[in-house]
Amino acid sequence: MFRGIIDRKSLWFIGAILIVLLILPPILPRFYTYILAVIFVTSLLAMSLNLVLGHGMIFQFHHGVFYGVGAYTAALMLSKTSLPMWIGFVAGPVVAALVGLLIGWFCVRLTRLYFGMLQISLGSLIWAIAFRWYSLTGGDDGIHGIPIPSLISSLNSSYYFILIILVICLVALYLILKSPFGTTLEAIRDNPQRCEAVGVNVRRHQLMAIVIATFFAGIAGVLFVVLEGSVFPDLLFWVLSLEVFIMCLLGGWFTFAGPILGAAIMVSLRTFVGIFTEYWTLILGVILILLIFFLPEGVMGYFLEKLKPQVREVAEGRGE
Amino acid sequence: MLKVEAVDKSFGDFMAVCQANLSVDKGELVAVIGPNGAGKTTLFNLITGQLWPDRGRIIFKDEDISGLPAYEICKKGIARSFQIVNIFPRLTVFGNVQVAVLSQRRRSNTLFSPAQNLAVEETKSILESVGLSDKVTNIAGSLSHGDQKILEIAIALGNEPELLILDEPTAGMSPEETAATLGLIKNLAGSRGLTILFCEHDMDVVFSIAQSIMVMHQGQTLIQGKPQEVRENREVQEAYLGGG
Repeated sequence: MFRGIIDRKSLWFIGAILIVLLILPPILPRFYTYILAVIFVTSLLAMSLNLVLGHGMIFQFHHGVFYGVGAYTAALMLSKTSLPMWIGFVAGPVVAALVGLLIGWFCVRLTRLYFGMLQISLGSLIWAIAFRWYSLTGGDDGIHGIPIPSLISSLNSSYYFILIILVICLVALYLILKSPFGTTLEAIRDNPQRCEAVGVNVRRHQLMAIVIATFFAGIAGVLFVVLEGSVFPDLLFWVLSLEVFIMCLLGGWFTFAGPILGAAIMVSLRTFVGIFTEYWTLILGVILILLIFFLPEGVMGYFLEKLKPQVREVAEGRGE
Repeated sequence: MLKVEAVDKSFGDFMAVCQANLSVDKGELVAVIGPNGAGKTTLFNLITGQLWPDRGRIIFKDEDISGLPAYEICKKGIARSFQIVNIFPRLTVFGNVQVAVLSQRRRSNTLFSPAQNLAVEETKSILESVGLSDKVTNIAGSLSHGDQKILEIAIALGNEPELLILDEPTAGMSPEETAATLGLIKNLAGSRGLTILFCEHDMDVVFSIAQSIMVMHQGQTLIQGKPQEVRENREVQEAYLGGG
């Protein structure tokens, strides 16, 4: 299944990072363990968005909705029904993907910015439902004290649970991107008209990508519930969607792991700069301006480019 | 094999194509000629479904294909290249052709199986047949213009078409590249048994390789016939060949 799509060096590198992440929790203060877990959840959300954004050039402006839907679904199933826990965990992503299918079905008829605008509108409807339907969703208070299975309810155990799910999801996303489906999606990103001319049903392909991306966003939502034990309407608010969008651009939206880096930077900024000033977004704004001018391909894109000077020279040497 | 019957297409008030007729028989090399703005590219876009005709019928292998979306028409066996380079610039040369091959094999939606192990032979053999095998791993956007035009043709071949439509395959090429490309087209017609419909500005080229020529003028078909007939036709001489 992995033949030829990952080299030994990268495997060693990933293995080393994983070992460090596995031995950290008992050593680190609780707060840092918690921040790492937040980064994991946010990374998965950003990675799911980048499947359609960076690899499909589909302007999914309101991706947070599917994260929220996944979280709310799991939260409602866990707190209001007596169904087994795992059904709630599975229902989160499935419902998120169904909502993704529904919203995507309308949106793929439009392109680029128009796609994004329609998505913001439809997504905001779902936010309004969560915000207003007090009897079901708890309105602006959200739902708190969600019963989490005791096996994964402590901070350290939820950390490991989230890390394992994250790794599984990243492997799946990587395989998807390297599959014919992923190659075709990148071809659509580069040139939808030509893709249509080689026999690809572009809209259907994009819709399928959206369903997959929203499924993974739903998983991230469930992981959020596992970590926090609560949900609130901000999870589906467009501000969060914008932040996730920025994470992809910041990390490098044409790279595979860029969004993880973007999520780590954003969460760290919010946490550590947020301690000193309420206006951490001001610093974010400055970073974004610098990013647009100096690193248009994102942080990860920049370093990957630096690591492969020979490839670039060949490309430039050809003079086009 | 392909029959275009009295097709019209207008953009607002402008009749881009009006009463166009064309017939292509199996195994033929057919050229469409006409001055700039005669409607050649629009006609090709109508045949391959990038545009839909206002009136008229397009029959391919006894089936009316007018109004079908482009991807359906491609699956019926018509592939095309574009006049202005239209490739996947961020993918490798290999990836460009592979996308077409995967689509042809109905594998575009395969999820958990690395693409780079699929359709490798087929893709490589196409790239070899057009002479791009030494640039397989290059990023397509970094190729020279001439190579990108060749890649255009290679992508179209990836769909294993029965009818290959080439919209000005030598546009913007140097004389040497043009000669090489024409050799390639002739070669492909012979070795793959392709039926080819193309349009081209260079008259020497057209009259030397086409078996049948259709002349368009202001969106209309003036005549379709053998090169000799077309050359002797008075209307064509007046409209296009500068009064002979």
